[in-house]
Amino acid sequence: MSMRVYVSRDAGAVAVGADDVALALEQAAAKRGVAIEIVRTGSRGLYWLEPLVEVATPQGRIAFGPVTAADVPSLLDALAGNAPHLLRLGATDEIPWLKRQTRLTFARCGVIDPRSLDDYRAHGGYKGFERALSLGPDAVLNEVTASGLRGRGGAGFPTGIKWKTVAQAKADRKFIVCNADEGDSGTFADRMIMEGDPFLVIEGMTIAGLTVGATKGYIYIRSEYPHAVEAMNAAIQAAKRGGCLGTNIGGSKQTFDLEVRVGAGAYVCGEETSLLESLEGRRGIVRAKPPLPAHHGLFGKPTVINNVLSFAAIPFILGEGAKAYADFGMGRSRGTMPIQLAGNIRHGGLYETAFGVTLGELVDDIGGGTFTGRPVRAVQVGGPLGAYFPRALFDTPFDYEAFAARDGLIGHGGIVVFDDSVDMRRQARFAMEFCAVESCGKCTPCRIGSTRGVETIEKVIRGERVHENLALVEDLCNTMKFGSLCALGGFTPYPVLSALKHFREDFVPAPTTLQAAE
Amino acid sequence: MTALFEPWNETRGAEIIAEHANQEGATLVILHALQEAFGYVPEAAIPMVAKALNLSRAEVHGVFTFYHDFRHKPAGRHVLKLCRAEACQAAGGDALAARAEATLGVSIGNTTADNRVTLEPIYCLGLCATAPSAMLDGRLIGRLDQKRLDALVAEAQR
Repeated sequence: MSMRVYVSRDAGAVAVGADDVALALEQAAAKRGVAIEIVRTGSRGLYWLEPLVEVATPQGRIAFGPVTAADVPSLLDALAGNAPHLLRLGATDEIPWLKRQTRLTFARCGVIDPRSLDDYRAHGGYKGFERALSLGPDAVLNEVTASGLRGRGGAGFPTGIKWKTVAQAKADRKFIVCNADEGDSGTFADRMIMEGDPFLVIEGMTIAGLTVGATKGYIYIRSEYPHAVEAMNAAIQAAKRGGCLGTNIGGSKQTFDLEVRVGAGAYVCGEETSLLESLEGRRGIVRAKPPLPAHHGLFGKPTVINNVLSFAAIPFILGEGAKAYADFGMGRSRGTMPIQLAGNIRHGGLYETAFGVTLGELVDDIGGGTFTGRPVRAVQVGGPLGAYFPRALFDTPFDYEAFAARDGLIGHGGIVVFDDSVDMRRQARFAMEFCAVESCGKCTPCRIGSTRGVETIEKVIRGERVHENLALVEDLCNTMKFGSLCALGGFTPYPVLSALKHFREDFVPAPTTLQAAE
Repeated sequence: MTALFEPWNETRGAEIIAEHANQEGATLVILHALQEAFGYVPEAAIPMVAKALNLSRAEVHGVFTFYHDFRHKPAGRHVLKLCRAEACQAAGGDALAARAEATLGVSIGNTTADNRVTLEPIYCLGLCATAPSAMLDGRLIGRLDQKRLDALVAEAQR
């Protein structure tokens, strides 16, 4: 019997040498005459251990990592003699970082071969779809609503309500659009699931299609994710061959087809109306709402537009029932959130857990602090439009409302850790600069305000009339917040104002006696 | 690996446009296909796209200029993209970007005088747990440090 070995093909693993390791394994095994079967999976999400190599044993998979191509001969020795190895991590499922998680959406990611529809089915795939078919659209809508699922893209809008609106709309054509324009720095969950479990996204979108009466779906993937584009295209072809897309899907009378469209490097296209414009072949200029995309979306037709993670949560909800999902979480944030730990962090990766875990637990306990070993000073939660949190706010539970109450947002669940070498003036300046570069130009406060914001923060950095200019920045943020149509202009104030509020000492020179006397 | 592109050719351009023109909302699809073939979107192709899609030349030009990906002229022989977003900044990306600029003698967004290397920023490769990251001609590199960056720059300069 040949030895079965698992090596990730996830872009994050490939970037640190997973392809080299897989090749070295293949060559070394051939040289030794050892029969080996290498399965290229997605990533388990323990990125500090990538490239992770797993070996199938009668007791389950045993993990080794991080493995380099140079480690391969000794690794094969250890496997042949069942001997100890320096990189041996033990049973993968028993690694505490993985064991402590609640993997509902990411249950299969890193486990199965993402190119194999059979593997997906063998691990519970299409169970949700089967149940959705037998329940019928109305009952599916009730399930999705009862699960409490809220849009995982960042806005947190109840998915059930969105779907119901589209289901009730009358039109000759309706569309399902998957927002895979994951542009926020510090986020990679969409990329991981598309690369590691693409059929999950297809199944979720298919359920959406038969629920609201749409027969065509688009997945809009950013061009910075070529591996995800390739993985989704391969999965769509396999699903078509397997009768899971096209006409009479899964033996039913339903029709549903999918197409991947690739973005072209515009951050604002992650905003849903801008994305729809881009899909229609135009500049990604944000649309005013109403009309909502649910009424007047892609090509003017009723459209369900959801984030990758929202669609990816659907098969579990349908397969296991709404209650099984809603039992996790806190307050109005039900279920689990795939949290992404990133930046200057020791144990970075994908951590899926029920809502309610505190920021401090995530950064210090699970993340293990910084990889530089210096103290954590600031964490940005929710991407370039998310607030910077200081240690003083590490008791904030991961929950939509709790973050909003502290002038922040959880966004798409990305957490970027900075150590004490960070200069918050530069981070505030960058937030404005990013907005200036990426603004679609529709709203004046965003288009012009961001440029003025860069200039004014630069004056502060140069020490020119600091207090006066900071007041101006705050006023400008207010204008952007209330005068912009979408989250780009509207939320850029979050990182800027939070930096000003929580890290004031970086902006204002220590007060002198003279100033104190004024 | 250097990507090999065809020289601009009107007949070939027309073929590529025709291949995709019947898709709904085809503008981006066509611009991507043209760039994939020629390495950039030649100005001569813009009115051809407009005609095929029954759009004005201004509309197509507007789309072409809106998106960062589309090139007005061919890039250098190698394209080195450095991730400049927050997660990579937190992991020391600023110093690495400055080092790459100094070694190559160009600022980010430009091509070296010998046309060998185009140095570009990219806003997030989604490799934020193995930051800082880069992409050389489509190949991903994570956990970048000075040594790896120097090797990468040297490779690009060859």
